Amino acid sequence: MSKAKLPAVEGWFTMSPSDDTPRPVGADPVALIGTRCTESGTYFFPPERVMSRAPGFSGSELVEVELSTRGRLWSYTDAQYQPPEPFEAPTDPYEPFCLAAVELETEQLVVLGQVVAGVGIEDLVVGMEMELVLGTLYEDEDTEYTMWKWRPVAKSTAGGEA
Amino acid sequence: MSVDQVAVLGVGMHPWGKWGRNFVEYGVAAAQDALADAGIDWRDVGFVAGADTMRNGYPGYVAGATFAQALGWTGIPVTSAYGACASGAMALDAARQRILSGMCEVALVVGADTTPKGFLKPNKGERGDDPDWLRFRLLGMTNPAYFAMWARRRIDLFGASSDDFAQVKIKNARHGLNNPYARYRKEVTAEAIAASPTVSSPLRLLDICATSDGGAAVVLTSMEYARKHLSSSAGSADPLVKVAAISTVTPTFPNTILEMPNFATDSAAGISRPDRGFKQAIGDSAYAQAGLGPDDVDVAEVYDLSTALELDWYEDLGFCGVGEAEKILRDGVTTLGGRLPVNLSGGLACFGEAVPAQALAQVCELTWQLRGTAKGAQAENAKVGITANQGLFGHGSSVILTR
Repeated sequence: MSKAKLPAVEGWFTMSPSDDTPRPVGADPVALIGTRCTESGTYFFPPERVMSRAPGFSGSELVEVELSTRGRLWSYTDAQYQPPEPFEAPTDPYEPFCLAAVELETEQLVVLGQVVAGVGIEDLVVGMEMELVLGTLYEDEDTEYTMWKWRPVAKSTAGGEA
Repeated sequence: MSVDQVAVLGVGMHPWGKWGRNFVEYGVAAAQDALADAGIDWRDVGFVAGADTMRNGYPGYVAGATFAQALGWTGIPVTSAYGACASGAMALDAARQRILSGMCEVALVVGADTTPKGFLKPNKGERGDDPDWLRFRLLGMTNPAYFAMWARRRIDLFGASSDDFAQVKIKNARHGLNNPYARYRKEVTAEAIAASPTVSSPLRLLDICATSDGGAAVVLTSMEYARKHLSSSAGSADPLVKVAAISTVTPTFPNTILEMPNFATDSAAGISRPDRGFKQAIGDSAYAQAGLGPDDVDVAEVYDLSTALELDWYEDLGFCGVGEAEKILRDGVTTLGGRLPVNLSGGLACFGEAVPAQALAQVCELTWQLRGTAKGAQAENAKVGITANQGLFGHGSSVILTR
């Protein structure tokens, strides 16, 4: 029996996005949920829900939007040592993972995320195209806690994009 | 918009280390040293400001009162300030404001910390609405991971190398060799740095500062009080060092450089980026208050949380153009004997970070540099010094001292 999938954080991403960006075979869809300040045109992630943080636009309406699922790598690193609590290591023994900061063109902001397993520092370079995929942050007996992750756009799926 | 000056009449520090004792002890030792340095009795202090520590329970949240009680209640007003690594500058600014408003003549500012081993981590408990908790839970983003992201930009954008970063550590280790307040006092080789394990690529263990115990204190007075005091009594404040600026600025929206402990930057869609980034604005505000510029600076203490971050500060404080920091480092500009020596104390490389004490320790070091009485590396005839650091959640900190 497969485990229930629950987002590791509520309201920051959706596992059933409305966009039609092509995704590689086998990758579960995911999109970050942000908010847009309708008057200034700026975006917020994580989503601001109370009021716009753009100075001078406190009365502006905030609308929920799904953010671009692709962007350019702004910077990256890895975690060679297990981060301290409240981090939950998905494996025992601990396996190092990479972290990416990705710049979204439309939204003009940079979003952090873990990089999917199997990608090392040597596979990354500032400026390369990255895409969002659904991953597992950690699991317990009956639940898999999901999280957005970044991965380099594979050459096979990168072609033919509009 | 030059701001009126106040005097630094006394400074004091408790040596940095991993002593494992109560932080109050370090703060009191530093305060007593600062008072002795100033030649002032505690009972003559009219205001006390404490820089808070978040890792030592309630006494740490009310540091000003904690130190005042330990020194012996005298009925004076108190404040406690927290701005992460910028806490010391905030407490110092509170003291300056008291003096400039005429509400007191003598103020004591104290910061001290006892830190646990390993990564700094958030307070315990389930706090799903706290970005500092969530960044560990959802990403595993430690402080060194943020430092590493900034360091990687230098490599991929400016062609910096790990060896450039190592040269910062080698320089600072040499500077700190004879500093009695530094925790690490030995030379470090490029080979030792390259052989130390990677923590967060491209940063190795020896590129990243440790966390330490320590305490620092500063006695500020009005200029008038200082002149009278020096003409009539003892104290070490000769030549007299003055606070020409204290910058405690916050970012301007949109802040498009990744900031601890955030998950994302602000968006520049809709509202364009400010001309000057946050770290540049920290120095800009200090220079404007002092009526000085980068060309006037003789000596600097900047926050080398990582080796690469020291290089960022060179550019943000205007010591060189963007992408030129590695060159001025290699040319010896920022080494003892160079035009603008940086981190003559040995910096965080030799101290390790004692959060609420660190911004004050920078002020202590520059005071000694301007007086010409540093016990370790001493700049020649320095007249203007600048400090810089940045606390997470958007706290700028920069102090300019002159003589």
